[in-house]
Amino acid sequence: MADVKPRVKIPSSASAGEAFTVKTLISHPMESGLRKDADGNAIPRRIINRFTCEFNGANVLDMELHGAVSANPYIEFEAQIDAAGEFTFTWYDDDGSVYTTTNAIDLA
Amino acid sequence: MTFRAKKVAVLAVATSFAFGNTAVAEPDLDAVLVINDELEMVTMVDPPAHLEGALDKVISGWHFRDAATRKLETDDFENPAFIHVEQGLTAWETVEGSEGESCASCHGSIEESMKGLRAVLPKVTADGELWSMENYINDCRENRMGAEPWGWNTGPMRDMTAAIALQSRGMPVNVAIDGPAQPYWEQGKELYYKRHGLLDLSCASCHEENNGNYIRADHLSQGQINGFPVYRLKQSNMISLHNRFFGCVRDTRAESYERGGPEFRALELYVASRGNGLSVEAPSVRN
Amino acid sequence: MQDMTYTRRETLVIGAGGIALLAVTPAMASAVEEAVAAFTGGAAVTDGGVEITAPEIAENGNVVPIEVSAPGAEEIMVLATGNPSPPVCSVSFGPGSASQRLSTRIRLARTQDVLAMARMSDGSFVQATRAVKVTIGGCGG
Ligand code: HEC
Ligand code: HEC
Repeated sequence: MADVKPRVKIPSSASAGEAFTVKTLISHPMESGLRKDADGNAIPRRIINRFTCEFNGANVLDMELHGAVSANPYIEFEAQIDAAGEFTFTWYDDDGSVYTTTNAIDLA
Repeated sequence: MTFRAKKVAVLAVATSFAFGNTAVAEPDLDAVLVINDELEMVTMVDPPAHLEGALDKVISGWHFRDAATRKLETDDFENPAFIHVEQGLTAWETVEGSEGESCASCHGSIEESMKGLRAVLPKVTADGELWSMENYINDCRENRMGAEPWGWNTGPMRDMTAAIALQSRGMPVNVAIDGPAQPYWEQGKELYYKRHGLLDLSCASCHEENNGNYIRADHLSQGQINGFPVYRLKQSNMISLHNRFFGCVRDTRAESYERGGPEFRALELYVASRGNGLSVEAPSVRN
Repeated sequence: MQDMTYTRRETLVIGAGGIALLAVTPAMASAVEEAVAAFTGGAAVTDGGVEITAPEIAENGNVVPIEVSAPGAEEIMVLATGNPSPPVCSVSFGPGSASQRLSTRIRLARTQDVLAMARMSDGSFVQATRAVKVTIGGCGG
């Protein structure tokens, strides 16, 4: 879907072992499957059901999401690095789409 | 539906609309709105001369929201409206219509060409008509781009108005109410104080006389418009100003005016003038 | 005047705003129990060791910011015990995480307890609950 857009905010550099905040947001309706349309028909579920963050291939965070997460899911957590490298953020949509974005970070 | 059933229903609504002074009725006036840790907004000012006696202070709707809602507006990353701003910015660069133009091909950068515009709208055109931002956008689409106009209350229009409004964020609202604007302003003022609907309520009944009180579970603000378009948590989406007006009139059980119509544009001018001096806060977050 | 008639639904919706607390139905309770059993595999759970930060009163149940934190946890699960479908999310922390803390925004159908349960690195389970009152706005478009 063209209207799904991930956004990520991390610092451009961090010192080894220093905790820093990672903020992510993706535009997505998170249709819970529990709502009905104007004609009373159930609107089929379509949510982001999983989000992962990896750094240089190693797991930082792996999250399973349900319909009770708000539209445009916002996820914030703390990460740390021991080397320069690349974060990979991945969102998995019920409709089979996978959205990925990467962010490079330097060692300060 | 029989007459009796209707009457009962109306009564039920009337009671549920009783103004309450429960819980924390006062807006948090000590809170300070700083966006992205750098842009401090003016969220409270002395009333303009024409409001003398009607309001002690002019207060942005931001103060009337709870701490969690207020916080969402303090950081552009956390503010979900920015998803829509980004879509508006993309549309600004997109060629559409028979003339092969984008907004950017004529106006250049949105940051420069649209700076300050939100603060002075609506305003009177050379032809003597009062136009809101949406009128200007559709005029360019239809007459300069050869593109279909956007519906007043559609996603693309809200996204574009959000992107344009952002360029004036932090600037004081400063609409002209004299000269050619004056008859429109008078019309808007009349609408503001006119009692509407079965509940016989004017905008002033709620937003002037009862701001700070609760209506059902909702904390009534002054109904200022410096934050529009806003991201509403209720819809999880942007909503246009005229859609808010529409809902407010409908809730008095009156037939509402048309979004984009002359009544709501006049009302927009008048309500904007009640907030002259407040910072443009768009795109803001409301519940 | 087109908008002067009331549908029964509208009246009911308006009336519902006045009801502050609804009971948790057995169906929800068992959905919570099921989710807990799946998470713990039946192991004992002790209180404390998890912190939930959430507004005491949420103006709009559509977007309620929450933060859960459980130092030393491998995984945290969040349940909205009063939602028709209680599971919210569960998150596991890998070596690249700097804390066992997560902030997100959730939907709460009404006033209820939010439950966070954590599986610690030693295999034990801890939990905390936090009451959130949801006020239903819904005037003015
Ligand atoms: C072919 C050139 C052209 C294109 C394309 C164009 N505009 Fe314009 N626009 C103009 C001109 C000329 C004016 C009038 C400027 C004036 O009167 O000072 C104008 C005025 C405006 C105004 C009012 C500005 C003011 O200060 O009063 C807005 C808002 C606006 N355009 C938005 C847009 C948007 C949004 C798009 C794309 C959807 C767009 N325009 C596309 C030429 C264009
Ligand atoms: C029955 C009471 C009632 C009436 C009458 C009413 N409103 Fe509202 N209005 C509300 C409530 C409740 C809200 C949501 C809480 C708030 O911001 O005040 C609201 C919100 C608003 C907002 C959004 C404020 C913000 O900061 O985002 C505007 C603007 C507004 N109203 C304008 C008007 C106008 C103009 C009229 C007259 C046509 C009007 N209202 C009539 C109850 C009312």
